Amino acid sequence: MTNELRVRGRSAAPGFAQGPLFVIDDAPATADRRVGAPGEELAALDAAIAAALEGLGRLVEGASGTPAEILGFQLAILGDEELAAPAREAIAAGRPAHVAWREALDAEIAGYATSGDEAFAARAADLTDIRDRVLDAFAGAERRASIPPGMLVVAVDLPPSRFLAVDWGRGGAIALTGGSSTSHVAMLARSHGVPMLVGVDATLQDFARRASQPALLDAEAGELIVAPSGSAREAFRRAAASYARADEASRERIREVARTADGTRIEVHLNVADPGELEALDPAICDGIGLVRTEFLFERSGGLPDEDEQLATYRRLVEWADGRPVTIRTLDAGGDKPIPGLTIDGESHPFLGMRGLRLSLARPDVFRVQLRALARAAAYARDPGQLKVMLPMVTLPRELEAARTILEEELRTLAAAGVRHARPRLGIMVEVPAAAIAADDFAADFFSIGSNDLVQYVAAAGRDNGAVADLADPVQPAMTRLIRGIVDVARARGIDVSLCGDAGGDPRALPALLQAGLRSVSVAPPRVARAKAAIAAVRLPSPAANTDGRHGD
Amino acid sequence: MSQEEARGAALLVNPIGLHARPSVKFTQLAKTFAAQVEFALAGDGPWIDAKSPVKVMRAKAPRGTTLHFRASGPDAQAAVAAMVALIERRFDEAEPPAGSSAEAGA
Repeated sequence: MTNELRVRGRSAAPGFAQGPLFVIDDAPATADRRVGAPGEELAALDAAIAAALEGLGRLVEGASGTPAEILGFQLAILGDEELAAPAREAIAAGRPAHVAWREALDAEIAGYATSGDEAFAARAADLTDIRDRVLDAFAGAERRASIPPGMLVVAVDLPPSRFLAVDWGRGGAIALTGGSSTSHVAMLARSHGVPMLVGVDATLQDFARRASQPALLDAEAGELIVAPSGSAREAFRRAAASYARADEASRERIREVARTADGTRIEVHLNVADPGELEALDPAICDGIGLVRTEFLFERSGGLPDEDEQLATYRRLVEWADGRPVTIRTLDAGGDKPIPGLTIDGESHPFLGMRGLRLSLARPDVFRVQLRALARAAAYARDPGQLKVMLPMVTLPRELEAARTILEEELRTLAAAGVRHARPRLGIMVEVPAAAIAADDFAADFFSIGSNDLVQYVAAAGRDNGAVADLADPVQPAMTRLIRGIVDVARARGIDVSLCGDAGGDPRALPALLQAGLRSVSVAPPRVARAKAAIAAVRLPSPAANTDGRHGD
Repeated sequence: MSQEEARGAALLVNPIGLHARPSVKFTQLAKTFAAQVEFALAGDGPWIDAKSPVKVMRAKAPRGTTLHFRASGPDAQAAVAAMVALIERRFDEAEPPAGSSAEAGA
């Protein structure tokens, strides 16, 4: 009861699981190797690598699909003599083989981990896996204690080979204090249906003290509960049961368009943080892309992305969508998303400071490049309205006007230079209460309600503070009234309105959002199936019964 | 006598860049040629062995990078043409069937 530990994490694979906590905090056992002369040490390294290659080869034979590709990558890397070259040099200079190998691989891993590109950094786990396989081979050890089935596995990160050694068919889940939703192990977890959280907000030591205690993992709410109270167990049981029912029903229907129980058509779009996520997805599951976060382009090392680099990415999104609308948000740096050399350090209230469009207007050099790339990408759209440019953190109408002026200038520049381009639609993200209240003052081509930020500003409850999470209910009356007001303005003006916060994929929030008049939401790809299922369960009051739009629960 | 030299370049347009899966295809293809095959992120180098997965991954080439190729050896021309074609085909990864890139030729 009082012993209960609740920690938050980001969902990397959906689902619910319960089981004993299994904490992985082990280093490979190279303990008491006898160290020989450099010649013997070189031979020992060769033998260890050969043994590790053989083990990997056996795993590859038994694998197919994604696991085979991941192991194939490891095999290619370990089979490349270049990998061990620095270790060989160190051994020749007198270093013990296992130490030289560890140091060489740690340097290689650091190169991946610090690349500034999340996709590359995620491959560090593969290198760690390779390192440990060879270290294990030195020790002549069997692969370290295998993970029993049905465990809630907690680790800093989990190498793909350890994931693949577990029988997940008998339950279990993963919580990583580090990790990334684009890592190989996250891809594996999604393909095996293993619930997984990354970035869990506690240290491994916090968990080590509680090894084998019973635990619950809710990858929908993004929560891990150790030693749960009776009431926590009961709440979990109910949520898991309703998830299982919805999951079953939703999977068959993911390609069907979403309709409420009374037949009202609801558009479901995708939120995209990295275009890599789209690789494995069929565009038929969605009505378009409702939010592309372009920050990923700016977070890599090597400075700001140039116009051609941006164009290549935007064009790829437009082509993927195959005629469906694609909403690309201009750079939304600042707040909790600092970008070196661009955002302002040391603001006392970053969420109330220079972020989003405010920063873009202060740095028109960066903004103009992005707008040009977007206008050029619009030329690849099937019809001119397919590409929608969305401005974040708009507060006053004059900011939208300033952005439109800059866009028009860049369109003229492109025309004068004879560069192929088209005029995209220009809309705003409604996430500042000032814009939500006075939506009718904004001459936007569309609205998209950013419910995550809007609720934190409306409720004065920070998203980064779990202690006030209860206040940040995205469908509290203040929010549904604001949303209804925005929807009414959009209807009257005949422009699109959607919602692109987490609430759009939350079955608990969806009924209230639809009753407030929304007919379009945008959700993360793993949430599409459940959002559609949740929509199907909503019965909207008939229009006649809803004319005053206000009476409700 | 048959010591060909060849050069070429292609823009990395697949979404994740020269990455885990693509790097395996990349090096496997390079290894099918007798010629020495190298690539660089700039036209003037530094040149990187296209047959080494470790070196290819170290290059960390993200999408939007132009990859420059050079090869020398008996089948240098064919090697560069094949490498450029692989990149232009986006490593054959999960693409909508466009049906337009099938004319790479020899």
